[in-house]
Amino acid sequence: METEADRQHLFTRRALLVGAGQATLFTVLAGRAAYLSVFQNEHYKLLAEDNRVSIRPILPRRGLIVDRRGYPLALNRQDYRLALVPEQVKDLEATLDAIARHFPLTEEDRDTVRKMVRRVPGFMPVEVARDIDWQAFSALNVNMPQLAGLQPIQGYTRYYPDGPAVAHVLGYVGSPSAETVDADPDPMLRLPGFKVGKGGIEEIFDTRLRGRAGADKVEVNARGRVVRTLGRTQDTPGDTIELTLDRELQVFTAWRLQGEAGSAIVMDVETGEILALCSTPAFDPNSFSAGIKTREWKALLGDEMHPLLNKPFQGVYPPGSTFKMLTALAGLASGVTPEEGISCSGRYRLGSHYFHCWERRGHGFVNMHSGIFQSCDVYFYDLGRRIGIQAIADMARKFGLGERYDLPVPSQKRGLVPDPAWKLKRHGKKWLPGETLNASIGQGYLQVTPLQLAVMSARLASGRAVVPRLLRKDVRPAPLLDVPAEHLALVRQAMSDVVNSSRGTAIGARLRLPGLAMAGKTGTAQVRRITMAERRGGVRSNDSLPWRERDHALFVSFAPVDRPRYACAVVIDHGGSGSKAAAPVARDILSFLFKQDIARGDYRTPSTAATQPAAGNTDEAASPAGTPADAPATAPLPESPGTAVSPDPVAASSAPPDTPATGD
Amino acid sequence: MHAPTIPDKLRRLNWWIVLTIAVLGGFGIAVLYSAAGGGGSFQPFAMRQGLRFVVLLGLMLAIASVDLKFWLRIAYPAYAVVVGLLLVVELLGAVAGGSQRWVDLGIIRLQPSEFMKLTLVLALARYYHFLPRVYVTNPYRMIPPVVMTAVPAGLVMLQPDLGTATLITAGAVGIMFLAGLNGWLFVGGAVAFAGSLPIAWQLMHDYQRRRVDIFLNPENDPLGAGYHITQSKIAIGSGGITGKGFLEGTQSHLNFLPEMHTDFIFAMMSEEWGLLGGLFVLACYAVLIGWGLWVALTGRSQFGRLLAGGLTITIFLYVCINLMMVMGLAPVVGIPLPLISYGGSAMMTVLMAFGLLFACSLSRDRTLIEEGPNYS
Repeated sequence: METEADRQHLFTRRALLVGAGQATLFTVLAGRAAYLSVFQNEHYKLLAEDNRVSIRPILPRRGLIVDRRGYPLALNRQDYRLALVPEQVKDLEATLDAIARHFPLTEEDRDTVRKMVRRVPGFMPVEVARDIDWQAFSALNVNMPQLAGLQPIQGYTRYYPDGPAVAHVLGYVGSPSAETVDADPDPMLRLPGFKVGKGGIEEIFDTRLRGRAGADKVEVNARGRVVRTLGRTQDTPGDTIELTLDRELQVFTAWRLQGEAGSAIVMDVETGEILALCSTPAFDPNSFSAGIKTREWKALLGDEMHPLLNKPFQGVYPPGSTFKMLTALAGLASGVTPEEGISCSGRYRLGSHYFHCWERRGHGFVNMHSGIFQSCDVYFYDLGRRIGIQAIADMARKFGLGERYDLPVPSQKRGLVPDPAWKLKRHGKKWLPGETLNASIGQGYLQVTPLQLAVMSARLASGRAVVPRLLRKDVRPAPLLDVPAEHLALVRQAMSDVVNSSRGTAIGARLRLPGLAMAGKTGTAQVRRITMAERRGGVRSNDSLPWRERDHALFVSFAPVDRPRYACAVVIDHGGSGSKAAAPVARDILSFLFKQDIARGDYRTPSTAATQPAAGNTDEAASPAGTPADAPATAPLPESPGTAVSPDPVAASSAPPDTPATGD
Repeated sequence: MHAPTIPDKLRRLNWWIVLTIAVLGGFGIAVLYSAAGGGGSFQPFAMRQGLRFVVLLGLMLAIASVDLKFWLRIAYPAYAVVVGLLLVVELLGAVAGGSQRWVDLGIIRLQPSEFMKLTLVLALARYYHFLPRVYVTNPYRMIPPVVMTAVPAGLVMLQPDLGTATLITAGAVGIMFLAGLNGWLFVGGAVAFAGSLPIAWQLMHDYQRRRVDIFLNPENDPLGAGYHITQSKIAIGSGGITGKGFLEGTQSHLNFLPEMHTDFIFAMMSEEWGLLGGLFVLACYAVLIGWGLWVALTGRSQFGRLLAGGLTITIFLYVCINLMMVMGLAPVVGIPLPLISYGGSAMMTVLMAFGLLFACSLSRDRTLIEEGPNYS
């Protein structure tokens, strides 16, 4: 750098070098801009749309569940909820505090939110509060911009107007379990607040009831605030499920069973439609919809009356004396004549064993008719021994025992109709004659569910192979059973005398409606074994026993006697005797049903009380009177809801009374 | 030789360059109009930016019309004053606790670090102007400029303002390069710089480290601190060639793009005006910088050449670092885009730099500065 010129040259060289560097960098920048906006344009466009457009799902309204007249048994009540998106919330505690200014949050609620926030991925909204009243909800909405990450949700809560009365049939709804979510590809399950059906109709028809989610396509800003709505896909509500239940009867039945642990089923004898089906005690399905509290749940689990057990389907009981009709029919089918009889001395000897009659003093001479309506055990011991177990078991199966029905319930017990083949398979032992004796009076291995008892009653009443139905659809009367009409008539007459004869076991339970009579049969199922020592000292009365050791009280019935229309089975757990605990319940339920039918005009009582069998008809079952098994059905109920009081010509035409079911 | 009058000078000004500056400023105001949100608004940015731009354009012309001799004379005093101000800021910051970058003079908030970008260039240009040619490569004569650079750079680093410190240092290194220091020094320096990165990493503040880390892996933290880079790239990329249209940017109007009216204004502009808008801005800057380089190359005095070269490098670094940052090529360092970003400090610095460049260009054809050992 000797001269000024040298220096200038050096400067020029270096300045040009700098300029070249700058030009290079600018070229890189231009290239980068082109790369981003031309070559990666699609990618970034997508990301920009992702930022801008938020799809907010609209939960579909769950399908309704309605009774046979269209009255809702399960519906949806609108409510307002609040959810928060964890990754958008800056300070969880501060946000919760802010919410608490508008809506009370307990420490437990906060804990639940904290736990959920830790558990779920950050983008999953967590429900903070539900059932917010409209005022608080709008206040929260106004403050939403200050509280990043909050999402208002307008939703629906499942609501059961009749609460516990329908609990066991309908089930309830609850948040899907982790396993359900994993197993079910339906993305709706992952939405906050989405509920699935659990138990009963809600579970079985869950996919039909769910509907399809809609979506709000909205433009949001960086804080998640909706700037405008871009579009909306409406949700599709779930299907309506129409049941055969009669809401009023159902509620009455539940009310009538209150305080007891028991089941009651009312069924149409022609079609098998279940009009009422109750299990008590019940839980309130509404308390599940909103998420049940742990304390409440534990109380339900720990209750000795098993409120969570769906007793009509899952409770199994020895049928006791309610089974005797089937033994009698088996006898008739095997050629035993009704007149044949035996003298009951209070016990029956088989080899070195004595089998006792419930009437320790004995019934004197009994034939089939009096055997049924006086429920003489000795008659049936003898009958059973004569015809054998297989005949009894076949007849029991013909009447629907030991069978699972095609019904929309998650779990159903099969019960048990024992026979030698079963015993060999199950216990590897030969069938013993004494076991036949036990079976013939409905004890021993025999196990039935209350629903099966109702089916049995309906089949006895109509002579048709009715199967129970819960879903309302066009049904034709079931096909006839291959049981001779006169056999059925005989049994029905005896059942009528159980209720209507002064010597019947359930005389106290006869219907007090003019022109209407009910037929039935009581049963008492032992829960504990009666020892010989106790027999000698006198069997302890049920009242003196602890509740858990008392006998189960059973009653099966149908009405009217002359043209059977409804069958009703009642089982009261540990209720004591069938006549005292169960029969009055059936009477009240059927009375309610007939009064309702009469009020609606669905049923006309004969103008005279001629159909009422004369009290004191105690004679032998020689009378073939009563409705022939293949008599036309009484009028079906009107199909459409809201025409409850429309006169029914068919019902009217069927009104003329048949020959009274009197004996000779 | 008589000094030319001010109107005379203004007539000889390169008005194409003034026009280019005005076009960039005007474009910036349009972008800020859109950045106000909604259907666009003069409030709160565009109006104030426009006023500021007009005032500062006046300042630029004023500076342009001051003789280069004057700037040579006040180079050291100005440098000393600004270093003093930096010290004051540092002390105030220490008292107030936390970082502080400005002195509140009541009327305006002065950011001494901005002035330092200019005064350091002036001071170094002056230093090499008077340094006898034979001493330029002398290692001992390197000490004063290094100290002159290290003191303000260190003070700015303490604020802490890594971006400005980088700009100041890089500008100084540029001048030394142009002044003719041994070329190997710069190669060695670059190697040493690379070697010292781990040490720099140790000295960095947490937030600075995080920025570097996120720059290297923005996807690791898309919603945290990597958000800036990610959203900026989305804005530029989604704009495509022709952009989404004026006032139609979604990234900006829905607030996904942070700092869209200041540091990330290029991303916002690109979203609405597309690649064409981006290239137009880049071209404008290229014209200005190329002109600056031309002024440097044609300077008749070493002071004028070094001043013009140093200022050009400073302006270039401003633009380049900001654009690299918004396009994801550099970590987020918080340097605005001169003339376009909202804010007075950067605009003032750059317009004053252009004023000085004009001053250089006006005194180009006269061997104005004949003082100093090199000319006697």
